[in-house]
Amino acid sequence: MSLQLDFPAVLERWPSFLAGAALTLELAFFATVLGALLGTVAAVGRGTHNALIAGACKVYVETIRNTPLLVQIFLVYFGLASLGLKYSAFTVAVAALTINVGAYTAEIMRAGFEAIPRGQIEAAEGLALSRLQIYWHIILLPAIEKVYPALTSQFVLLMLASSVCSQISAEELTAVANYIQSDTYRAFETYIIVAVLYVILSLVMRAGFWGLGLLLFPRRRRLGTPL
Amino acid sequence: MQQNAPSSEPIVSLRDVQKSFGSLRVLDGVSFAVARGEVLALIGRSGSGKSTALRCIDRFEKVDGGEIVVCGHRVDRPDVNLRALRQDVGIVFQSYNLFPHLTIEQNITLAPCAVKGMASSHAKDLARKVLAQVGLEEKLHAYPEQLSGGQQQRAAIARSLAMQPKVMLFDEVTSALDPELTGEVLKVIEQLAADGMTMVMVTHEMGFAKGIADRIVFMHRGKVHETGPASILTSPTTPELTQFVGTGNLKS
Ligand SMILES: Nc1ncnc2c1ncn2[C@@H]1O[C@H](COP(=O)(O)OP(=O)(O)O)[C@@H](O)[C@H]1O
Ligand SMILES: [Mg+2]
Repeated sequence: MSLQLDFPAVLERWPSFLAGAALTLELAFFATVLGALLGTVAAVGRGTHNALIAGACKVYVETIRNTPLLVQIFLVYFGLASLGLKYSAFTVAVAALTINVGAYTAEIMRAGFEAIPRGQIEAAEGLALSRLQIYWHIILLPAIEKVYPALTSQFVLLMLASSVCSQISAEELTAVANYIQSDTYRAFETYIIVAVLYVILSLVMRAGFWGLGLLLFPRRRRLGTPL
Repeated sequence: MQQNAPSSEPIVSLRDVQKSFGSLRVLDGVSFAVARGEVLALIGRSGSGKSTALRCIDRFEKVDGGEIVVCGHRVDRPDVNLRALRQDVGIVFQSYNLFPHLTIEQNITLAPCAVKGMASSHAKDLARKVLAQVGLEEKLHAYPEQLSGGQQQRAAIARSLAMQPKVMLFDEVTSALDPELTGEVLKVIEQLAADGMTMVMVTHEMGFAKGIADRIVFMHRGKVHETGPASILTSPTTPELTQFVGTGNLKS
């Protein structure tokens, strides 16, 4: 029994791999930005005194966290189709990934909000800041700072999980790989390359979050405290 | 209305204020008034209701009964304009509560800009001014964690002053500090008093209260047990205050 690897046969398809990787990164980017917004709003919603809003946010978070991503993607895909709405696979994928990561973001952000000492909020109230101003100026950044590692890991996981979007034929990295391996009959080599590309994408994202952290938390930069 | 300074409306007045936490009655008919420019010291044993009384003035606690008027705001009413009230009242807590992610300058300029719509350049001038008042000009661009406890508390006072409040509330602002750092904070408060700021302060520093307060309110079990000029600390009339000042609380 001998292992015979033929990388050149697969590597000559590099433009397709690159296009797939780019699309994966694009999916991850939009879902991260939109999911961060959705999740933060849901986390704020869960903390409001309005029982209806808080309840709705809780149902959303718990439903998503207790169903598989692939099922969520199919629900969005076939749900929109049965309503007669026609969207590209990319749009559907971004929507489904956003809904998914939004729920996890909400849980993480809630932990961040709860970690803000009561005294911070009272000090801000004492200065006559409004509820919204307090969230924006006093709570948001320190809360993000407290959960930044958990948050960024979640977004990297989302990028990796986006491979299931191949199931609705979004042309992301895994879909490209499936296509190339059935074309070349070189499945092992194909998925080795894909695995390497996912590692590179993860590193790219982590580097991006590191840079974003420097921008968001100037105090860390000034005082040299690592996140 | 009974008041101490008939020349003008009191800045703060409490009349028969009631407050319970569950079945625990914390304020049991508390009344006192503070005239413009007056310094009132709230003293008493731990748990006697001093902080609760102070927090009711800025409506951090809702009262169950009685009347509180602060700078014309009916604080006991549910429809009180909280943000207007809190522009007139500055409050400083034991634990400073500076915002850790903002520089001292940003800590100070935030509320004037966000609440009063002050232009940023104007607010920065103001920050310099109030920091000079507490002797911390050189810390303008430092972050709170780079300051000592005493400096953080002085910065917190400056942050409050930047809103140009009509009355300042202090809740044991030196209690979290090492003894050698309390002096610098007390000096700032002394200067404020000399400048005519109206103040209500909860304090355990009896020597300080004696030197600075126009009036002492001694609280005991949720009631104003004894009140009068600072001299009541040296010649108390009730056995409770006698015991309180006698148990080593009066250092000067
Ligand atoms: N938010 C609260 N919930 C329940 N009990 C409280 C609360 N705040 C204060 N208390 C209780 O009320 C009493 C008076 O507290 P406080 O006003 O803080 O006293 P002081 O400042 O004189 O030490 C204490 O027994 C305290 O435990
Ligand atoms: Mg207290």
